[in-house]
Amino acid sequence: MSKIAVSTTVNGDPAEFLCDAGESLLDALRGSLGLTGSKEGCGSGDCGACTVMLNGQMVCSCLVLAVEAEGKSIATIEGVAEGSVLHPVQRQFLEHGALQCGFCTPGFIVAAKALLEVNPDPDETEIRYWLAGNLCRCTGYDKIVRAVSAAAAELRQERSAA
Amino acid sequence: MNAPEPKGKFRVVGTRPVRPDGIDKVTGKAIYGPDFVTAGMIQGAILRSPHAHARIRSIDTSKAEALPGVKAVVTSADFPGQSAKIIAAGETSSSLQNIAATCMANGKVLYIGHAVAAVAATTKAIAEAALKLIVVDYEVLPHVIEVEEALAEGAPILHEGMITKGLDPAPDRPSNASMVFTLAGGDVDAALAASAVTVSGHYRTAPVHQGYIEPHACVASWNADGQGQLWISSQGHFDLRNQTASVLHMPSSDLRTYPLEIGGGFGGKTGIYLEPVAMLLSRKAGRPVRLTMSREDVFNASGPAPGIVADITIGASEDGTLTALKLEFWNQAGAFPGSTIHSGVMTALGAYRLPAYFARGWDVVSNFAGTKAYRAPGAPQVAFVVESCLDDIARKLGIDALDLRLKNAARPGDPGPTRVPHGAIGYVECLEAAKAHPHWSAPLGPNQGRGVAGAFWGNYGGQSTAAVALAADGSVQVTTGSPDIGGSRASMAIMAAETLGVPYESVRVTIADTGSIGYSMVTGGSRVTFATGKAVIGAAQKVIATLVERAASLFGVEPGQVEWRDGAAHCLDGERAGESLSISAIAGKAGQFSGPIVAELAVNPLDYLPAFAVHICDTEVDPETGNVSIIRYTTVQDVGTAIHPDYVEGQMQGGAVQGIGWALNEAYVFDGNGRMENPGFLDYRMPVASDLPMIDTVMVEVPNPAHPYGVKGVGEAPIVPPLAAVANAVARATGLPMRQLPLSPDRVWAAIQAAK
Amino acid sequence: MTVQTYHAPRTREEAVALLAADPAARVLSGGTDLIVQMRAGRAAPSSIVDIKNISAMQAVLGNDGRYTIGAAMPCTGLLRDEGLCKAWPGVVEAANLIGSVQVRNRATMGGNLCNASPAADSVPALIAAGATVLVVGPAGMREVPVEDIPVSPGKTSLAAGEFVAEIRLPVRPPRSADAYLRSIPRTEMDIAVVGAGVSLTLDEAGTCTAARVALGAVAPTAIVVPEAGAALVGTKLDDAALDAMAAAVRAACRPIDDKRGTAEYRTAMAGVLAKRTALIAAARARGEA
Ligand SMILES: Cc1cc2nc3c(=O)[nH]c(=O)nc-3n(C[C@H](O)[C@H](O)[C@H](O)COP(=O)(O)OP(=O)(O)OC[C@H]3O[C@@H](n4cnc5c(N)ncnc54)[C@H](O)[C@@H]3O)c2cc1C
Ligand code: FES
Ligand code: FES
Repeated sequence: MSKIAVSTTVNGDPAEFLCDAGESLLDALRGSLGLTGSKEGCGSGDCGACTVMLNGQMVCSCLVLAVEAEGKSIATIEGVAEGSVLHPVQRQFLEHGALQCGFCTPGFIVAAKALLEVNPDPDETEIRYWLAGNLCRCTGYDKIVRAVSAAAAELRQERSAA
Repeated sequence: MNAPEPKGKFRVVGTRPVRPDGIDKVTGKAIYGPDFVTAGMIQGAILRSPHAHARIRSIDTSKAEALPGVKAVVTSADFPGQSAKIIAAGETSSSLQNIAATCMANGKVLYIGHAVAAVAATTKAIAEAALKLIVVDYEVLPHVIEVEEALAEGAPILHEGMITKGLDPAPDRPSNASMVFTLAGGDVDAALAASAVTVSGHYRTAPVHQGYIEPHACVASWNADGQGQLWISSQGHFDLRNQTASVLHMPSSDLRTYPLEIGGGFGGKTGIYLEPVAMLLSRKAGRPVRLTMSREDVFNASGPAPGIVADITIGASEDGTLTALKLEFWNQAGAFPGSTIHSGVMTALGAYRLPAYFARGWDVVSNFAGTKAYRAPGAPQVAFVVESCLDDIARKLGIDALDLRLKNAARPGDPGPTRVPHGAIGYVECLEAAKAHPHWSAPLGPNQGRGVAGAFWGNYGGQSTAAVALAADGSVQVTTGSPDIGGSRASMAIMAAETLGVPYESVRVTIADTGSIGYSMVTGGSRVTFATGKAVIGAAQKVIATLVERAASLFGVEPGQVEWRDGAAHCLDGERAGESLSISAIAGKAGQFSGPIVAELAVNPLDYLPAFAVHICDTEVDPETGNVSIIRYTTVQDVGTAIHPDYVEGQMQGGAVQGIGWALNEAYVFDGNGRMENPGFLDYRMPVASDLPMIDTVMVEVPNPAHPYGVKGVGEAPIVPPLAAVANAVARATGLPMRQLPLSPDRVWAAIQAAK
Repeated sequence: MTVQTYHAPRTREEAVALLAADPAARVLSGGTDLIVQMRAGRAAPSSIVDIKNISAMQAVLGNDGRYTIGAAMPCTGLLRDEGLCKAWPGVVEAANLIGSVQVRNRATMGGNLCNASPAADSVPALIAAGATVLVVGPAGMREVPVEDIPVSPGKTSLAAGEFVAEIRLPVRPPRSADAYLRSIPRTEMDIAVVGAGVSLTLDEAGTCTAARVALGAVAPTAIVVPEAGAALVGTKLDDAALDAMAAAVRAACRPIDDKRGTAEYRTAMAGVLAKRTALIAAARARGEA
């Protein structure tokens, strides 16, 4: 089986890798590209730990073929902070103790950031439904919801100040 | 020094700083089990049984071995012979034979998913292709899943020759009941007969899974000289090392084990599954080998929590004073003996004053994966039975559910589950806090019901080692062997900073490998903040003693004339009275003394205290569909002292939500062949964010006098009450008893229909 | 995975040729069923034909009240077409009950239909809507009612080399609306235990002049229940009419007992959900919701 060469953009930078036709984007990110921040909790779209942005849409990278990344742009947890400056969602997760084991956290942060990009002022129900594809077994979601609300407020303030 | 200081005096304890490992975990840098890579590493894969019960006649691996790229193939023939010796296996114990058989079937497969052979190859794809070339000849045997089937006359026996322990006289025939545990006191039948009211019930719950999001994974490297290395995400790398080394007949010190970040465990990562297999593959291949489980493997072949079948009768007098409790329950233990019947029995007996009692648990094996500890192992199921039955008593007598519990609640000095008197427990305080909470008196709408349940978990102490070392600049390195699953690095840093009188930020915490610090038991039993905390505080106190000694010598006074306060040594006497030396000033002069300042302490504290919790749950039931929504939920818990309140609340919320899942929708569903039909997160329905309300927390602080800061342990108690709290709420919303979990819509609907 | 090749054709013709050339090829749309099945070993295509790069495959086109939806249009993409949401709220809501946001950003109605699961959420809604699909293949094109595509769990009536290119929704008469509801134990991330789609038209007096009722997860394929629709026609959706409709629905159910629910429960829920769905559709048709 010969490998397929894929040229793509990951977190704004050009990236190239070789993959099998049936390989998932998650495996390519974690394996060939060494970006292990995206996690595999299920491999079947059920847990959201592998959430990444594909051309601006959040998707489960375990349910995307690596070859589909050709010519697309991908954003992963590794690209959420700008250099060493944390994104407000990341900071609020820390401030609120919204992670225990932290395994679900990258997926939640990518998903929450995506929510705040389309809905700057989500209510509790909107946050909960948007994040329903991300499983967390440790926290009971309470502090995650609070962290996302707080990040939304922070971003709104930043925007109105700007 | 052991007396808890008054709350207001704490500088750091009780604050909510950002955890030291936080940034790595929100940026994707933290390395978890499946993330670890080492030079030359190859990939393993495991062949698993398609049968629930079968004898292995033969395994032919020759074709697999011949496949290019395959570096090693392993079967049970590669394991050394095992004795029946019992060793610690996380929060429970097990025989070496059964521990080894959990990793690789030996002669017989006992469940679908049981490992029968393993391959290591240069790529995962080759390893998986090789599995398909392994030929296993099975003689399929009849299987059993439910305890009634397992105990039926003529049932297939999983472990030939297994005689039930704990019965007098001992049975003369083997069965699937491995053990019975009974605690009894008073004449329970007479007391029940004399009771003004009695309520009985038959209860049932299904096996459930811990549901940690990170599947099991490890990397092993075993050299020709017998020394090996293991990289694992586990709740206790020392215990997993010990288990692995025991199974492989190697000295523990030959197996250096490195902890990786762990993506949840809840008891399920206290035992070995992949580790010895990866070791054997590595030795054959001469390369480090990675083994991982898929989600399906995790459901089929790690350790779920037992289901339970139970019969209970509780008696009470007219005024609600309990007179007697009689309970018999059967744990659906899965393929290997050793489910948690002891703690089940304790759960039934420790929370209330009971003049007469009889509680007996049976450990019954059947053909699904051997069960393992799950957060307060053994307790939630029994608390469901007891607390549901208590609610029936309250309803029958027309007494408020909290008042009934308050009337009978165990108080300090009352006999505990084994009749040893309770210490400074806070059940009454929790019940009173629940009663005072606005939730308890809030109005309910149509089809809504409010349930309450109380419960406790005994907590644990156990062995821990910690070291505290000062750098020359006075910054502090704390080293422990306790994996951090939910923020315990932060708690250790807080306690060290509090003790030393230094800022939280100047303390850094490392979880060291087995070659770098002494033994620590698993992170489990709600023990780490208590026991490892004690080791950290004790080691910090030793460090203070050294600092004081050295300061005294620098001041030219006796150590007794130096006081350690606010991170500095203060001279109380002599010419330099009033002067102080900072921690860095002293640490920087280590070269003038007997060397660097470092202290290590190993502890095994027995003075832990149980944690009590009370949960209030409001549900709304759709009478046409049976769907249950949780509309409000409040957890009240005696937390001793909350070292880092965010992570205490987090434990309370997380445990409550796991319990809600257990109550509402989680269950192993088996088909007629013993195959789990729902081995994935889509059909094994754990709660998602939109299923839940906010989870309110009330931290009641009744400190443990035996811990310098009053710590009791908080991790497990919160999963004990929710099963009953939810079931009682649904029972009150529908006016119908809810005695079988999960309360899935079709079950609730069927109950409503049957009552029509 | 044994997949050897991945193709991303740019035209329908290319896709047809690729599919016709490899009998073990599979169409890839959102991949939320196919990739899961490949991983679990339940599908082992030798090649994959990704149809997302074919033009108009990810578009919604409104034309004189008719709607044409590219078969590879992700479910969340439907929400961006206001006209479609107004004309067919039930179809759009059904498609947007699938999985999670992550899943819906990929999953398509074409895949939902061609996966041929009896529990597929968008299918009863499409059937109730009277939707058709445009099938293209080696023998040319044909337009087929949605209900004729699935034939049994996992099996479709598509011939070798054929695939679904478009989903077509007919013109809406005034005072028409549709709705879809499903029964699941959780609030999200669940496969329907039962699904019910209803599309109806009212006259000015509020009397129902046309109704289609379709069900999911109560038979080997999603089904349309003409008797249920007929029970509503000529009524104002009073209790008696709704009861008669529910009775017809229950009579049409042929469910199985499985891990997701008992046959008895499914049958009863079909009636309950069909009623609730009809009331939502009627309220929408009256402009109330
Ligand atoms: C976590 C999760 C949750 C889910 N929840 C739901 C749910 O709630 N409700 C529900 O109904 N489904 C659910 N699904 C299943 C799945 O998401 C849907 O069926 C989805 O609509 C499939 O669309 P797709 O584009 O991803 O299909 P694909 O996976 O791309 O294709 C599905 C099948 O159809 C074939 N196919 C695809 N497009 C065409 C075409 N145009 N012509 C011919 N054949 C084609 C493929 O070859 C394949 O066999 C869930 C899946 C996941 C992973
Ligand atoms: S790993 Fe992709 S959703 Fe779980
Ligand atoms: S923090 Fe552990 S799964 Fe979410």
